[in-house]
Amino acid sequence: MEAKEIIARRVAQEIEPDSLVNLGIGLPSMVANYLPKEVNVFFQAENGVIGLGSRPPEGMEDPDLTDAGGGFVTAVPGAASIDSAMSFGLIRGGHLDMTVLGGLQVDERGYLANWMVPGKMVPGMGGAMDLVAGAKHVIVAMVHTAKGKPKILHECTLPLTAQRRVSLIVTEMAVIEPTEDGLVLKEMGPDVTIDDIISSTEASLIVRGDVPKMRL
Amino acid sequence: MKQAIKAARAAELIPDGSTLLIGGFMGVGSPHRLIDAIVARGTKDLTVVANDTAMPGRGIGKLVTAGAISRVVASHIGLNPETQQKMISGEIDVDLVPQGTLVERIRAAGVGLGGILTPTGLGTMVEEGKQIITVKGQDFLLEEPIHADFALIAAHQADYVGNLEYSLTAHNFNPIMALAGETVIAEPQTIVPVGVISPDSVKTPGILVDHLLERQPDGS
Repeated sequence: MEAKEIIARRVAQEIEPDSLVNLGIGLPSMVANYLPKEVNVFFQAENGVIGLGSRPPEGMEDPDLTDAGGGFVTAVPGAASIDSAMSFGLIRGGHLDMTVLGGLQVDERGYLANWMVPGKMVPGMGGAMDLVAGAKHVIVAMVHTAKGKPKILHECTLPLTAQRRVSLIVTEMAVIEPTEDGLVLKEMGPDVTIDDIISSTEASLIVRGDVPKMRL
Repeated sequence: MKQAIKAARAAELIPDGSTLLIGGFMGVGSPHRLIDAIVARGTKDLTVVANDTAMPGRGIGKLVTAGAISRVVASHIGLNPETQQKMISGEIDVDLVPQGTLVERIRAAGVGLGGILTPTGLGTMVEEGKQIITVKGQDFLLEEPIHADFALIAAHQADYVGNLEYSLTAHNFNPIMALAGETVIAEPQTIVPVGVISPDSVKTPGILVDHLLERQPDGS
């Protein structure tokens, strides 16, 4: 199984029925593909829809209905269109149950850096800072290393997205829960050992007893 | 009642050096005909406050290409490499603001608030130079209102009072910006007789709208 599919499948298991969820662009958006049909979830796109649906068939696109990446989408029955103040009011006001975002770095405090690489990539934070500051649960979905270098560090070297401990880190190698005591290794990915995970992670990991494999 | 005007006439109202609020999210819900008219007129030295600068060749991206902008206040410029190049070369000054903070700063200006207190940006680069205010034991950043000379709004439908209705994700910043521009110019796709839009459907009351653009010509 490809790394991204492992991550998306595992994150999908975290989504509670009847919740409001915001999926970031790219890898996080794949999570929607792996939800069990019976789980009724409203997806929010922060550009203004609650009840985001799948891509429309060709020729049935509405130019006024896109996701936060600018791609054409549909809205499910029961959807609501909202303006940006309402959208971010929901996010900041604690009405958003979960956000799933990509990450550049996460550190031992559980702090996330995912919006810029000084001197190289300055796209802007968009909605990321509000999402991480405001969502009830923040899940970071990312590949474990970048070009062989660890992304889970003692301390982030890139500018932080928020001063808030994220709820969970899901990579193709591990599920890690940031806690007050540090990063706890909760699950291992398929085909990896604890040593593999530790050698691909700069941060110290807390390993308690037997660490189960992800059930995908 | 308002007489609808041509886009070129609306563009003439906007002098060089103006600060513009422009609705839209990656070009969706942007006033495209107004933007084209500003580009055609060759207006310069604009400060543009918007969620993003779309992409080259689309919406606000056309203003970037035309060299009309000297300053951008936005949450995201990632899909427009030209904005990033012009930021690096120093041609455009870019102020990046978290999206939820941006919309509330604009709203604050429009509704008479002296600022907003938000947890977003605490402990990040956004915090630099800003006052931290503690309320009931919780820290917040004080973010100031963003006022503008003009708000350029895209709407789905208007009537000749100027009442506006929006469509799906083309709402985005538009209803908020309509509160905050000194002069508000609205570009509807269609204009219907007064009374057709139900009062319950009006998102922006016509009293906020100073100028109404002609309806979209057929076939465009």
